[in-house]
Amino acid sequence: MSTILETRGLTYVYGAGTPFERKALDNVNLQIEKGEILGVIGHTGSGKSTLIQHLNGLLKPFSGEILLDGQSIWNEKGKCSRETRFRVGLVFQYPEYQLFEETIARDIAFGPTNMGLGQDEIAVRVRESMQAVGLDASLAEQSPFALSGGQKRRVAIAGVIAMRPDVLVLDEPTAGLDPGGRDEILGMVKDYHDQSGATVLIVSHSMEDIAQLANRLLVMDHSRVLFCDTPREVFSHADEIIAAGLDIPMVTKVMLELKKRGIDVDTSVFTVEQALAAVRSYKQGGAR
Amino acid sequence: MLKDITIGQFFPGTSAVHRLDPRVKIVLTVAMIITLFLAAGPISYVIIIGFLAAIIGISGISPKLIVRGLKPVLFIIIFTAVLNLFYTPGDYIWQWGFLHISKEGIKIAFFMVLRLMLLIIATSMLTYTTSPIQLTDGLERLLGPLKKVHAPVHELSMMMSIALRFIPTLIEETEKIISAQKARGADFESGNIVQRAKAMVPILVPLFVSAFRRADELATAMECRLYRGDVGRTRMKQLKIERVDVCAMVISAVVLGSVITLGRFGL
Repeated sequence: MSTILETRGLTYVYGAGTPFERKALDNVNLQIEKGEILGVIGHTGSGKSTLIQHLNGLLKPFSGEILLDGQSIWNEKGKCSRETRFRVGLVFQYPEYQLFEETIARDIAFGPTNMGLGQDEIAVRVRESMQAVGLDASLAEQSPFALSGGQKRRVAIAGVIAMRPDVLVLDEPTAGLDPGGRDEILGMVKDYHDQSGATVLIVSHSMEDIAQLANRLLVMDHSRVLFCDTPREVFSHADEIIAAGLDIPMVTKVMLELKKRGIDVDTSVFTVEQALAAVRSYKQGGAR
Repeated sequence: MLKDITIGQFFPGTSAVHRLDPRVKIVLTVAMIITLFLAAGPISYVIIIGFLAAIIGISGISPKLIVRGLKPVLFIIIFTAVLNLFYTPGDYIWQWGFLHISKEGIKIAFFMVLRLMLLIIATSMLTYTTSPIQLTDGLERLLGPLKKVHAPVHELSMMMSIALRFIPTLIEETEKIISAQKARGADFESGNIVQRAKAMVPILVPLFVSAFRRADELATAMECRLYRGDVGRTRMKQLKIERVDVCAMVISAVVLGSVITLGRFGL
């Protein structure tokens, strides 16, 4: 796998030079592999939202650089090309509040239109991205404001997918949804990733959600990277994760409790299937 | 950028100035403004400057903030100064074409600038040391007598507190929407006026939608707490005139009264 996005020594300070100065990112070094799903976790104020706004050049780093395909996204003149915005598609938290057009199709077309694409190409992309987020094609000419909250969010996500970004970044796409809506959105992200082969970054509070989806996890704490590794590896550091104010998946908790009580099982598991396998292998080991 | 707006900004504190009854502060600020326009000579201004400096000192508000508060009106101040400087007839000391500077012009321009600056400092001291809620509370009580003639005093002051409360929220919201549209390649920086105005649509529509949504939610929340206007409404914090208020009124009466008296003699 090759690296598509990379940050080197990324540091960002809010309100520099005022009494309210606060470091939001502190020397963040990160490599995002092409085609992976990277889960970004951290509690409120850990710097994850600040980090992702750097990836498409919305925020300018205080120091350090961001490389897209090995090229810095900021040129010598201190400008960030619009190209970066199209290649790294960012879906904000509660994206349903950014809808503005009269019809769903036109709202989704906003990004592609800004890219300067032709009408036919735009129409293809609108259809394609509506399908990708599971919106019925018959809705295309309806007003986005007539939809339910969850549907609106799909429209907003489709608006970013329509730019066909190489990297799709989603900031808490499941915030405020009920469990059903959450599973639908996560399933949709997974399907989109599998079909398009795009790199996906997904920010979340919930370990549970993300552990099953992501190839790798980035754990942020106090503006720094705490871990960036496979879920299995990350959850083997359960103590440090809990110390950072984050939760670990329920299954991992159960396994840790078992171990505490003298049953020596593998505690780095995070799905029910893995747990089952771990318990089985323990039992077989015990029988031997 | 947008966050730098300081309209009605309040800096919490516990100084005597902060603790004053908002009604007293409002009345004294109005009195101060009237006095400023009645002040005539240098002695009067020195007294007023000293008085204001003492208030700022007691309040513990950094003088830097006071200076920053003057920035937005800098243009008006300079404009007034230039007009007065060049267009006051009198004893000319410099002339070029239709432009001339007279001794009287210099004097008037100087005092006008001073007067404007003092005016702004005095009023900003009111908003710096009084929370928006206290301010509207005080205003409502002061205008209370107008209710007798069916003026919607309570409704107006409630609207004012809600508006003040939502300024920071809407600014934050606007910044979020701008970022979200920029992420979709929106371009607010290039093009002619028409194009730029059109580029505002993706910001304004979501902003209005969310403002209406917030208004709706707020109305529901208020009704849930049985808000029904002014009728039978009691307050958590009753306004009461304390010793410190009486002191402030007496001191102000003496200072401002002497300035007005001096003004009559042109000092």
